[in-house]
Amino acid sequence: MASVLALLLVAGPLVLGSYWVGLLTQVVILAILAMSLDVLLGYTGLPSLGHAAFFGVAAYAVAVLSTTYHAGVWTCVAAAVLIGTGLAAAFGLIVSHVRDVYFLMITLALGMILWGLSFRWIPVTGGDNGISGIPTLLGHAGLGAAGPAAFYYVALLVLAACGALLARLVRSPFGLTLRGIRENESRMKSLGVNTWLHCYLSYVIAGACASVAGVLWAYYNGFVSPTYLDLTASSELFLMVTLGGPATLVGPVLGAGIIVLLKNVMSAYTARWLLILGIVYIAAIFAAPQGIWNLGRRSGRARA
Amino acid sequence: MNRSRRAIVALALAAAVAVLRGQAPEGPIKIGFIVPLSGPYAQNGRDILNGFLLCLDEIGYRAGGREIQLTVEDDQAIPAEGLTKARKLVEGDRVHLMAGALLSSTGYALAPYIESQRIPMVFPVVSADDLTQRRRGTWIVRTGYTGSQPNHAFGEYAYHTLGYRTVATIALDYAFGWESVGGFQRTFEGEGGRVAQKMWTPVSVHDFAPYLAQISRSVDAVYALFLGRSALQFMRQYEEYGLKGRVPLIGAGTTTDEHVLPFMGDEALGVVTALHYSAALDTPANRAFAAAYRARYRKVPSYYSESMYAGGKWVIAAIEALGGRVEDRARLLDALRAARPAGVPRGPVELDEYGNPIENVYIRKVERVNGELQNTVIATFPRVSQFWKYNPAEYLRQPLYSRRLAPAS
Repeated sequence: MASVLALLLVAGPLVLGSYWVGLLTQVVILAILAMSLDVLLGYTGLPSLGHAAFFGVAAYAVAVLSTTYHAGVWTCVAAAVLIGTGLAAAFGLIVSHVRDVYFLMITLALGMILWGLSFRWIPVTGGDNGISGIPTLLGHAGLGAAGPAAFYYVALLVLAACGALLARLVRSPFGLTLRGIRENESRMKSLGVNTWLHCYLSYVIAGACASVAGVLWAYYNGFVSPTYLDLTASSELFLMVTLGGPATLVGPVLGAGIIVLLKNVMSAYTARWLLILGIVYIAAIFAAPQGIWNLGRRSGRARA
Repeated sequence: MNRSRRAIVALALAAAVAVLRGQAPEGPIKIGFIVPLSGPYAQNGRDILNGFLLCLDEIGYRAGGREIQLTVEDDQAIPAEGLTKARKLVEGDRVHLMAGALLSSTGYALAPYIESQRIPMVFPVVSADDLTQRRRGTWIVRTGYTGSQPNHAFGEYAYHTLGYRTVATIALDYAFGWESVGGFQRTFEGEGGRVAQKMWTPVSVHDFAPYLAQISRSVDAVYALFLGRSALQFMRQYEEYGLKGRVPLIGAGTTTDEHVLPFMGDEALGVVTALHYSAALDTPANRAFAAAYRARYRKVPSYYSESMYAGGKWVIAAIEALGGRVEDRARLLDALRAARPAGVPRGPVELDEYGNPIENVYIRKVERVNGELQNTVIATFPRVSQFWKYNPAEYLRQPLYSRRLAPAS
């Protein structure tokens, strides 16, 4: 099934029109973001409701640097990822002390603070209107006006790279420790593991990946607005991970694809598409409480 | 040569003749339409859509000898969703032109895409000043207004006719608020008045108590800008705090617009506002529109409803002028810019060279007529431009109205 998904992502743009390539690009970028949350939510068991903050901050960094300061493409990308990661490193100092619902509340609060900042720090962020006029990534890199497919493949490469790195990470002893913390933190502590540091690093890594996705998102849309980092964005992201299957990395990619496609394909046919989306969520909770991807895997194991 | 081959040749010849004679191309004229139909602005979006549907119904979905096919998309009032929908309409559905958008943020998000795709788009409501001023593009045709446009006229009216000398303002803290209050303050102070106090409330404000307690009781009037739920809440609390009898209330058109007016009570009576439309406007065109709208949707039209009824008239006038040949986008844009649609409820309209309408501004006062609240027109400023009486070039050299531009004095 994973190979089918991969084939779809690689070969899709060769046969699809530019609108569908655009949608697939959205899927790929949000998949990176959802995967990064999966490290926190799925593997470490830390439910973050403010994860869109890093995504949004990195997007804003690209927007401000490329429009106000006319910085080059590498400066924008590097600075945005650094700022996003730095922010995660700072927030991590606070949030890594708490677990469960307290973690949820504090990440939610921090996310709201950044949303408020994007809304109110008008000289820099443009407030409610946001910032528009960000060049395309390839145009910014001086590669001329390449089509949407070119940007898509760049995003896909980044997804593959992030996916490979995160897959290695979660299989490493470090990743196994994260899973241990998720299952029973006090036992991990008694084994001599510094659980605080593990949670902290997991938070920073997730923040860094989310920043990468934010950079791509800013270049893809060509503008930023406070809706990138509001609560709706964070909770939709949360849904992508839980719907697709936490602690699988592939599941969130599937979740991102399902949500983006459902949203855009269904809304073309009916004004009641939110209702349908809601029904899909409820059905998923009943039929596949561990996520759609885990459903496939469990039945596969049962057969073997 | 066998028979089927002959038939093909004959068909090809016929097609060639049709092309050479320059007949209107086959197929419907496709219009893509984007408004929020879910989320907090769904009602406003629905009003805009209703106006458009009424307009298209009146002409039987035909213009310039071709059928009109409307594709409606919901942007949920999220700019990124609006952009995704625009991409779908332009690249997926291959529409000939687009219309819609409600929020300024969506307008700014769409603008670069519209320019890069070179597709005409009609903005019936988005009122961000700079879209047709300092950051104007080529392909956006605004058929609505700029936030400051009616307020320039209103500032002068408040000073000369209402006779106010000091005013306190309270408004939603975002671009629409800054630009409306900024326009009012500029002309009001230009005439010799003084804005003594400026207050900004968050867009998500729930309780006005802390703000109402701060309002100076010594000013001649309070200028308020709200819309939707916040307008209802503000009106009610303004009366509860005993301000209604003591300090007259004036404001931007949305504060008493017909999208909220039917839900207000006596607390709204006597409030004076300025806008380019009122459902109570007593002209043949508006009486016919308001009656048709009421008959169909069982409610009074708001300025949102009128916006895309007028925008629809605009689009149809352009299509008729081209005889239905909308395939050439540059010519379609020219036709949209040159259109002088007749029968627009708000009165005569035409575009200035920056792509914003020159239109009447109405000063309206809330009255109860036949048991129903309405915005009775008490004065008309004819043919108001987005630059008011200022020279456009000089006007554009000044900064955009913002939160910090002109503090209270």
